Amino acid sequence: MVFSNTFVFGLFTGISVLLSFCLDREKTLLGLKKGGKMLFNILHPFLNILILISIVLFFIPDSLIVYYLGANSGWYGFGIAAFIGSITLIPGFISYPLAAALLKQGATYGVIAVFMTTLMMVGIVTLPLEIKYFGKNAAILRNLFNLIAAVIIGILMGWLM
Amino acid sequence: MNKYLKNYIWVILFVLFSIGSYFIGFNPGLVIYSNFEEFFIEMITFIPFIFIIIGLFDVWVPKELLEKHIGRESGVKGIFLVILLSMLQAGPLYGAFPVAYILCKKGASVRNIFIYLGAFSSMKLPMLGIEIGYLGVKFTILRTLISIPLFIFIGFLMEKLLGSDFKVKDVKA
Repeated sequence: MVFSNTFVFGLFTGISVLLSFCLDREKTLLGLKKGGKMLFNILHPFLNILILISIVLFFIPDSLIVYYLGANSGWYGFGIAAFIGSITLIPGFISYPLAAALLKQGATYGVIAVFMTTLMMVGIVTLPLEIKYFGKNAAILRNLFNLIAAVIIGILMGWLM
Repeated sequence: MNKYLKNYIWVILFVLFSIGSYFIGFNPGLVIYSNFEEFFIEMITFIPFIFIIIGLFDVWVPKELLEKHIGRESGVKGIFLVILLSMLQAGPLYGAFPVAYILCKKGASVRNIFIYLGAFSSMKLPMLGIEIGYLGVKFTILRTLISIPLFIFIGFLMEKLLGSDFKVKDVKA
């Protein structure tokens, strides 16, 4: 799994860089610099979350994750995933390793899809900020609709995966 | 220098903790470290590639050109372009609110603004790349395909409920 990732992404990246370099040397260097800077900017939050997951997984046994987020958790699992996804503010980038870890420990695809979708689209913490831009009405409606969408996505993903 | 030290304080503490655990044979510390090692290798073997791709995208794709074509009369083409535009962004959702204001000021339709927010939150290319790496191609493609019609529907619904003269306010940071 790990090495097929490296191979596929490496190959694709290599071809892209080569192609870009042949077309425009300066643009390519600028792009590489921008990418490097963005990578550097997320590196420390990324490492922090990996450390946190490593510690938390040590304390939470697999059986607990399976019980609350696994195949038999039903609506309960969806509810927990949607609640945590809505109230927390983990950048999408660094929530993927967490999602992958939960899957490995026995959570279902449907629950993970609900968690990821609410995490990305529903923001209780950022609601005050959103209200400033869009007004109360629009901000609350948007979050509500997205919460419903997340559950639909979760149901369909659980069924299709 | 101080800033870097502050950013990496947890990493430094964790390294010290792991080295300490190794020397005194503290077993929980070793298990936690081996968890971390697995996650770290998983990450470092593909994440850097994704950022190279993002950087290249940033210099090659003219976002300004896309922004001009998502107004009130833009129809299906506008929806397509607004999704494309959002896919080329990076960052958290609250970073998209100011962009929504700019789009609104430039004359984007209400529906396109909310489609933008939906697609921005879950279809950004860099995130799709990471999602493929961690959760697999099948999961990523299915989730994206299910999400698109829902976002478009939400966009239309929001326009209907808020009225087409709805405006996004400017908020001074």
